[in-house]
Amino acid sequence: MSASADAMSTTRKRKSTLYRREHLVAIAFITLPVVGFLVFAIGPFLYSIYASFTNWNMLADPQWVGLNNYIQAFNDPYFLKSLGNTFFYMIGIPIGLILALTLALAMNRRMPGQTFFRSIYYVPVVSSLAAVSILWQWAYNGDFGLVNQVLDLVGIKGPNWLQDTATVKPALILMAVWKGLGFSMLLYLAALQSVPRSLMEAAELDGASAWQRFWHITFPMVQPVTFFLVVTGIIGGSQIFTEINIMTPTGGPEFSSASIVWYIWQKAFANLQMGYAAAMAVLLGIIVFTITALQFWWNARHGHEGTE
Amino acid sequence: MARTVKTRYRTGNIIVAVLLLIGGIVMIAPLLWMVSTSLKTRDGVFALPPEWIPPVPQWENYVRVWDAGPLLSGIKNSLIVSATVTIVGTITSTMAAFAFSKLRLPGKNLIFLFLLSGMMIPFPTLMIPQFVMFANIGWVDTLLPLIVPGLFGNIMMVFFLRQYLHSVPDSLIEAAKIDGAGYFRIFGSMIVPLIRPAIAAQFILWFMAVWNDYLAPILYLNSPEQQTLQVVIANFNANYAILTDYPLIMAASVIALVPVFAIFVAFQRQIIESVALTGTKG
Repeated sequence: MSASADAMSTTRKRKSTLYRREHLVAIAFITLPVVGFLVFAIGPFLYSIYASFTNWNMLADPQWVGLNNYIQAFNDPYFLKSLGNTFFYMIGIPIGLILALTLALAMNRRMPGQTFFRSIYYVPVVSSLAAVSILWQWAYNGDFGLVNQVLDLVGIKGPNWLQDTATVKPALILMAVWKGLGFSMLLYLAALQSVPRSLMEAAELDGASAWQRFWHITFPMVQPVTFFLVVTGIIGGSQIFTEINIMTPTGGPEFSSASIVWYIWQKAFANLQMGYAAAMAVLLGIIVFTITALQFWWNARHGHEGTE
Repeated sequence: MARTVKTRYRTGNIIVAVLLLIGGIVMIAPLLWMVSTSLKTRDGVFALPPEWIPPVPQWENYVRVWDAGPLLSGIKNSLIVSATVTIVGTITSTMAAFAFSKLRLPGKNLIFLFLLSGMMIPFPTLMIPQFVMFANIGWVDTLLPLIVPGLFGNIMMVFFLRQYLHSVPDSLIEAAKIDGAGYFRIFGSMIVPLIRPAIAAQFILWFMAVWNDYLAPILYLNSPEQQTLQVVIANFNANYAILTDYPLIMAASVIALVPVFAIFVAFQRQIIESVALTGTKG
């Protein structure tokens, strides 16, 4: 045993105590989020899966029923209808994105009042969804609502939007587009501002038309934003609830506006069919997860084409 | 040549500005109409042709609205929930972001990935067991189920602060350690001041999200004096629509919007910049 080996083992020991302190501090700092995650996300998630295989009304203990709830769901016309409605609402996502990108392109120039316009379009985004739903319910009033009064100016007799099976979903989509437009526009604008001007000028000198410049430069450059908005749009859209519950408290005429979350909420808390509701909630989770995973997979394969 | 390009650009600007202005009016019109309705008489709402500016603004709608429902306790409850959640939760999240980004801990990236994956679970999938859990400990119809989960931090915020912290060089922290600063000192007097703008922006966004939340509050709150503002105005809407008292409903909704508008106007730059960052960093 030489003195140097001794010294080395002391430093190693010192180093390990040094790191041990750092490890302890790190653990202390992340404990709360990890515990919160286990208690409020993973725990309930696993319990949801278990409950989905049971008959459970909260008053008595859950009774194991196997796959019954899932079989029931696929034979339940209300479930299928609410699922269909929820997908129908997602038509609003591409509409919103096209409008938002158009707006962002219009605003992406040295122009006075840019900040002003940006703020105006952003106001609905910060507004509470409950207040906005109340407002639009009134705006869609068949006789005295804003929408029909405006239509009246151009000689169109508007329908009673929220009471008509044909118009209730488009009405809700229109409102969602109005509410979310400013958010998407802002993200697109930020992405457009990072497109190097020299690239555009070079393309213009090479004789690329405006459309070619858009399609081959701008569109690929903002692709990450499009991806982000589509993913968050689908995750958020699959959970649409507030506007449905406020504007059409009974699920709309002939159940034509009920969303999946609205139906789950009804079954769980109005009818106390917790097991059945849990099964539908698990199906919702699977659908959201699958769509998100598919998009990530697709994005990884095609996402960066054209940018190189 | 240069001149024509410039003129063309300027005419383009005018056309774009006019189109944006029309779009802006469309965006803002429903909100103006809400304010207009809130100042009408109950019958004035049904006047044809409609009046954008009520002949006699009924300011007293904003007086009687306070007695028409638990609006004041709604504001108080919303404030308690939003402030507690965001203040405590921001501290929790910032500390976690610091640990995930700058402290040595084997497997920390795996743990973080695990936390992130949890964001893919939609809230409706969790709400039934969560409700039962809170019902079993007697927290239903109190503000606790809305407050307590938030105290454990917000993974979204941890994510963005962690990204932001990557731009802070590790050598800075090592140097502070050599100078004998403890971890809490490094966190409190170095990290927090360095990333304060990011913390502030995330704080504001989170505050507005909690303030505007509706699904969790209607799940847990039954008695009127416990309800948060969003539930109160939704009930206003249900109750007074039958009486066709639209001005009162709109007045309540305007009041519900004022606090977030005030925050938006005051912190417009931070909000817009941090939202713009969301897309590029996310």
